[in-house]
Amino acid sequence: MSWSDMQPLLWQASLETFQMVGWSALFTVLIGLPIGLLLVLTDRGALLANAAANKALGTVVNVGRSLPFIILLIAITPFTRGIVGTTIGVDAAIVPLAVGAVPFFARLVETAVREVDRGLIEASQAMGASHLTTVRKVLLPESLPALVAGLTTTVIALVGYSAMAGAIGGGGLGDLAIRYGYQRFENGLMIATVVLLIVLVQIVQLLGDFTAKRLAHR
Amino acid sequence: MIEINNLTKVYPARTHPVTALDGVDLSVAAGEVYGVVGRSGAGKSTLIRCVNLLERPTSGTVSVAGRELTALSGRQLRAERRRIGMVFQHFNLLSSRSARENVELPLEIGGSLTRRERRARADELLDVVGLADRAEAHPAQLSGGQKQRVGIARALAADPHVLLSDEATSALDPETTRSVLRLLKEVNERLGVTVLLITHEMDVVKAVCDSAALMREGRIVESGTISDLLTRERSELARELFQLGPAPEPAGSESGSESESAPTTVLDVTFHGDSTAQPLISQLARTYSVDVTILGAAIETVNGQTVGRMRIGLPGRFEDNVVQVGFLRERGLNVETVVPETVTPEAAGPETGAPGNAAADSLQEVAS
Repeated sequence: MSWSDMQPLLWQASLETFQMVGWSALFTVLIGLPIGLLLVLTDRGALLANAAANKALGTVVNVGRSLPFIILLIAITPFTRGIVGTTIGVDAAIVPLAVGAVPFFARLVETAVREVDRGLIEASQAMGASHLTTVRKVLLPESLPALVAGLTTTVIALVGYSAMAGAIGGGGLGDLAIRYGYQRFENGLMIATVVLLIVLVQIVQLLGDFTAKRLAHR
Repeated sequence: MIEINNLTKVYPARTHPVTALDGVDLSVAAGEVYGVVGRSGAGKSTLIRCVNLLERPTSGTVSVAGRELTALSGRQLRAERRRIGMVFQHFNLLSSRSARENVELPLEIGGSLTRRERRARADELLDVVGLADRAEAHPAQLSGGQKQRVGIARALAADPHVLLSDEATSALDPETTRSVLRLLKEVNERLGVTVLLITHEMDVVKAVCDSAALMREGRIVESGTISDLLTRERSELARELFQLGPAPEPAGSESGSESESAPTTVLDVTFHGDSTAQPLISQLARTYSVDVTILGAAIETVNGQTVGRMRIGLPGRFEDNVVQVGFLRERGLNVETVVPETVTPEAAGPETGAPGNAAADSLQEVAS
């Protein structure tokens, strides 16, 4: 297979990977961030201390974390169909990707937010801030560098997951590597895909590290 | 300005609950600097955190500026807290914000100013605390003293009537402590803000307080204005403010004891007000032709008032010196007999104040 043959395939697959990872990362943040925050806020001695809610939330997150992604991918197909109307293609892959990444990211958010000094929460309360204001003005800004680092890790995990999502017809670089590289012994394409994935992960990591560093004023 | 009535705080525990506050009454007048001192674990931190209800008291009431905080709803309480500034031992500044943005935070929470007004107000306050040129710096780039100055500017941003200071200088070196205390005093005088501070350092009380209270085991054991305390007989706080060291060895010095050949009466004399300016010891010596030995002295300025304590020795037993003691007391001095430490509190009797001494010594240990 010549480079000119590979080029459109690689381009198309990269685009699909970007789509899957981008959208699922967006939904992961939208859902995982509040869950992670609630895990901290409902903990003993915290602003919204509630042992039952904390325990329930923690259990749900743990169940999500303990399922291997490839199993989750297949197990939630009815759910996926219910949301996007199909179980194949890029759109269908976004659902299990987000579902798989949310508990992962939620735990990272939890760790990041827990790192915020209790004294700052107290200072905020002493200034007459409501709980919501404390979250917005203190907890999130103060944990932002750690949140960005967590997001970086999550996006890289999503790139890996997205390769598996290719197996159910999600497309993307992983799918390309399996179909051409593994099944048709196209070693050249296989290597090109791997190189692209490595470059992609490197860029995400560097970008994440740079942003986290810029945000931290230590 | 601050009225605390019968405040109790019990931390529940399965085995034995901890009583941090045990029926505390405290009254802080508008415009004064009030210091609560005590060793760690005495409950002073719990007390100050109960004033803005960071800690919910188990029972009792707290009123600030005429509003009973303990009776307010969440929303009303938040509104009142905006008028109560607080300064913390570990500064509690947001590392993600610059000095100016930290000062703006309470104004953002209050929400009544525009962005431009907030910025102007923050710059004004940074100027008050002497950090106008460090507005853009982040806390990590500031020294401890500078951080606490930002903390004070932040506490003052929303124009509070009360400033609570929770060991504000305990994490700072002596030099920085002095400058931060000067700033607090300045703020109190210039802006008329009432200050309630807690500390374990007597020097802090000496430097800035108009009134003080001593806490022990969740109770206030003594309180009053500094000048009151100094005139009060056997005041523990006065004794702590002007330490003359432990009582001397009993060898030949025990007042009223028959065992030694040349007994000496040891007296602690407290000077205050006009008496400081008069040569009273010299007068005493001349009037009664006695040899006065000076064993120790501490004279300082507290709130612009010269006060001090002196430990002197007079020959003879206490009974022989009643007239001399009377002479000093007549001239407005506070005179206490010092009993050597080897005498147990029971044996020493009620006049000696020895139990207070023991407690004062333990406080001294913590403070040093």
